[in-house]
Amino acid sequence: MDALKRYFRSPAAVIGLILLLVVIAMAVSAGFLYTRDPLSLAGRPLIWPFSNPRFLLGTDNSGRDIAAQIFYGARISLLIGGVATAIAILIGILVGAFAGYYGGWVDNVLMRITEAFQTLPNFVLLLVLVAVFGSTLTTVTIAVGVVSWPAPARLTRAEFLSLRNREFVQAGRTLGMRDIKIILGEILPNALPPVIVYASVVMAVAILLESALAFLRLSDPNVASWGNLIGLGRDVLRVQWYVSAIPGIAILVTVLAVSLVGQGLNDALNPRLKSR
Amino acid sequence: MSEAILSLERLSVRLPEGADRPHALSDVSLSIASNEILCVVGESGSGKSMMANAIMRLLPNEVKIENGRMLFEGRDLCAADTAEMREVRGAGIAMIFQEPMTALNPLRTIGDQIGEMFSIHTGLSNAEINARVLALLADVRIPDPKLAAKAYPHELSGGQRQRAMIAMALALDPKLLIADEPTTALDVTTQAQILKLIRDLQQRKKTAVLFITHDFGVVAEIADRVVVMQHGRIVEQGTANEVLHHPVHPYTRQLIAAVPPLKAPPPRPLSSENILTIASVSKTYRTGGFLGRGARVTAAVKDTSLDLPKGATLGIVGESGSGKSTLARCIVRLIDPDTGSIVLNGKDWAKLSREEVRRETRHIQMVFQDPFASLNPRRKAAELVAQGPIVHGTPRVTAIAEARKLFELVGLDPSAGDRYPHEFSGGQRQRIGLARALALKPEVLVADEPVSALDVSVQAQVLKLLADLRQRLGLSIIFITHDLRVAAQICDLVAVMKDGAVVEHGLATEVFGKPKHPYTQALLDSIPGGEFAREHDTAAE
Amino acid sequence: MRILSLAGRRLAASIPTLFLILIGVFLLLQMAPGDTVDALMAQMGGGDAASARELRQFYGLDLSIPMQLANYLWRLVRLDLGFSSIYGKPVASVILERLPPTILLMTASLSFAFFFGLVFGVIAARGVNRWPDTLISTLGLIFYATPSFWFGLMAIVVFSVYLQWLPSGGFEDIGTVQSGVWRVLDIASHLVLPTLTLGLIFLAIYLRIMRASMLEVLNLDFVRTARAKGLDETHVVTRHVLRNALLPMVTLIGLQAGTMLGGSVVVESVFSLPGLGRLAYESVVQRDLNTLLGIVFVSALLVIVVNFVVDLLYARLDPRIQADG
Repeated sequence: MDALKRYFRSPAAVIGLILLLVVIAMAVSAGFLYTRDPLSLAGRPLIWPFSNPRFLLGTDNSGRDIAAQIFYGARISLLIGGVATAIAILIGILVGAFAGYYGGWVDNVLMRITEAFQTLPNFVLLLVLVAVFGSTLTTVTIAVGVVSWPAPARLTRAEFLSLRNREFVQAGRTLGMRDIKIILGEILPNALPPVIVYASVVMAVAILLESALAFLRLSDPNVASWGNLIGLGRDVLRVQWYVSAIPGIAILVTVLAVSLVGQGLNDALNPRLKSR
Repeated sequence: MSEAILSLERLSVRLPEGADRPHALSDVSLSIASNEILCVVGESGSGKSMMANAIMRLLPNEVKIENGRMLFEGRDLCAADTAEMREVRGAGIAMIFQEPMTALNPLRTIGDQIGEMFSIHTGLSNAEINARVLALLADVRIPDPKLAAKAYPHELSGGQRQRAMIAMALALDPKLLIADEPTTALDVTTQAQILKLIRDLQQRKKTAVLFITHDFGVVAEIADRVVVMQHGRIVEQGTANEVLHHPVHPYTRQLIAAVPPLKAPPPRPLSSENILTIASVSKTYRTGGFLGRGARVTAAVKDTSLDLPKGATLGIVGESGSGKSTLARCIVRLIDPDTGSIVLNGKDWAKLSREEVRRETRHIQMVFQDPFASLNPRRKAAELVAQGPIVHGTPRVTAIAEARKLFELVGLDPSAGDRYPHEFSGGQRQRIGLARALALKPEVLVADEPVSALDVSVQAQVLKLLADLRQRLGLSIIFITHDLRVAAQICDLVAVMKDGAVVEHGLATEVFGKPKHPYTQALLDSIPGGEFAREHDTAAE
Repeated sequence: MRILSLAGRRLAASIPTLFLILIGVFLLLQMAPGDTVDALMAQMGGGDAASARELRQFYGLDLSIPMQLANYLWRLVRLDLGFSSIYGKPVASVILERLPPTILLMTASLSFAFFFGLVFGVIAARGVNRWPDTLISTLGLIFYATPSFWFGLMAIVVFSVYLQWLPSGGFEDIGTVQSGVWRVLDIASHLVLPTLTLGLIFLAIYLRIMRASMLEVLNLDFVRTARAKGLDETHVVTRHVLRNALLPMVTLIGLQAGTMLGGSVVVESVFSLPGLGRLAYESVVQRDLNTLLGIVFVSALLVIVVNFVVDLLYARLDPRIQADG
């Protein structure tokens, strides 16, 4: 409850939450506001924004409604961002918890693998995964999740390393608790807050990764994604720059919202750090 | 008395809103003359460290001096601007801190950091500065000044680092030296050396010293005059002799009464039956090294054998790095010993598998040092205490009900079970830790420095509780401590450890009364205010 | 010298990591639909099954996967990255041609991000919770949230299309042959926008870390010691705080090297720079798996080298490293 109060005391955190709610509202309302397929032909191509009340944000080079694509794009960004983050955090916690708690050779092996993932540039790995498994919504989401787990794994491991020698964990062992109970019941609840906060960073990066992939036309071409639209607008960039500009702002706002919420959570959950 | 170097007149320091009290210091008046050591004594939270920072005008941003004056050589420091203050700091008033490791910049050499004093306040050439630095390091009796000047802080021992800090503080012959608990982080033998050094230098240079401490032993050792503080107020001040031997204020009396006397009480009869027998236990650590090269091998515990008679308390005493904590953790099998046997109830505890240890662990339980780190912050107190029995199969409801009964046993309100650890004070948390260990009805209790993180008055209460429980529950206790005075209070038997080995063990009265090993003698001689502790004992009787 | 041997050992320890990556990616690529020969046949506009079989035999693609892997690793030991059927050249020479623009771009972006991140971080920390801090922190958040490719496109619109100050793409002006200083200036002008684009997000990260690290160090005991000596605030920062606060920044360079290389894929595509990143993109689109694997190898190598340099740098900054062994 204190944490909640602290969260709402920070203006930046509140702005972030409002922005995030707006993006979520867009994603939810897309189906009611724009009943037609956002990728279907809607009108004359390249209508400038605010010049035609039917197409508030104008149309793109093939005459599709930009506003509709922005609304549907919110769904894709949140979906890919959310699911990929869940995948990354889950793998990260699993790897980090075992490596940090057991140490020794378990830690060695797991950290070698983590290191391998970090040594390979994540976008290059993403390209490899897309090249191998194709560019459907599902494969892209999983691929983004799979390239994003090393950082949360390292964070979880660091938390476990510092917590496992804490006296209350030793006390758990002297009481005769099993390892799995100590990991789940004693250490994990204490290690979780920073990892949850870090999830916001993972989500921001995941949204950016997907949009970059879509911009390069390597993401699913059959869904209305902001990155796709920016890539499409590139062909008419010199004059009709708005086709690329508008979805870019949508990405910026979404990532900003996620980051602000994450920062707000961080300050609310670790009040000590904020006080100085 | 000679003229005052520094006098505080009705100084009040305001804390930011939301702190536990409105003022860190209220109406504090005191004065220090040249060539005297004034000890400021108080428990944690008494505002004594805040006073030091206020004098240096180094208070945190939100903390403000509200009113009063601080006259230093006739000038009011409260009114001084930042440039004037900078001239005073270092040159007029110098300061040394509790933790010499963190008080020195880890990335710069000792010589460089001491030399900075001269480059800030004087126009000396580099060569002159170097010569002065070496002379200063020789002054504080650092073994090899040339080498020490080139060393980084992590390359020196704790005692040497504090010597370097003192050298730095005294570089410009300040009129006043503020020492904020300068020996608290040090081992007892090192502490004795540093106290002697401060005393010697002070007498030679006629410096005034404001010495902040929580330890009446240190006061007895070093003070000319004493100021006792409680909750940001001065409750009593006077000469060392007056305050130590004829305290007036009840709080001072209470503090002094809580100081454990050095002499062990007369021995209790001990059972001839041993409940725990430790034989030739060793534990070696290997650190660093790559593929076996350059590995450092540390023998934390070397071939140690000890017996614990039923119902007795065995104290294991030693300085940091002596291996006492490793031994304690071997006994409860938090650490697996390399060799040796630990026989409890006829079973060799050292040979049991992890699974067997888990099942048998209720016979032997542990109490930890840090009352803040030893309780899971996310569990309620009753749950913490009930955890052990639940693990071993007691139904949850029964276990929680029993936990509440245990609360009473350790002197806590049974209703406190619904609160989280951070809502308790240090002493109360330590009682919860004790209740948690007792919940499994162990025969042997291993207590690792259970009172060293506590204020002296709370320390006395917890020790009394422990002695009381030992009697009522027939516990046998292994008591790990670095503090010989504490060991003298509660232990029947004492073993002194140094570098992983037991150098002397026997009845507490014997070891403290007629120490045989030179190291034990050195330890006993190093106890600050040894004279006072012995006198104090007779006064109490 | 202990520093060198320490970093050298870290370098040696990364060799198994490199092999782990290569084996993993090699096996992964076996699952890809189509192989080099398919790509080649598509390039040639189709062909019969017999010639495909011949080609497979020629490239050793008819062997079992473990054999192929062993072959590949053995060739790798001799620094032979295989042959790119799309470019008709050895993969190694294709990559070597594309390496300089990427290295130049990364160095420039890193310097830009590091320098300004440092400066802004220090300014923000000195005026914590006042307007310079609020402004810098807000800008940092926005930069962090800006998709780099989009920023690049918008920069092209503003600086190349409207203001016509800077070229919109390419590594140098191909139309005119230049030499000496003029060529350097020409390349530099081509790299301004890509550098800003790639560096922006890292600038945001560095300034945030620098600010946090400054604030943390400012709270440490030895800073109080420095103040108690009578040092003024500026010297407290320059002599005591800065070097300590730099340590996490230096660590970050190593951790971010891979991310930066990944970012150059996108930036090079936006500005049509003939670099490694663009090559990676092209080889995915053209299914040139041999080249892709070669790029994986080289970029991992690059990251390892950057980390080696960072280790050396860190050890120079922090004397405690040597003691830890």
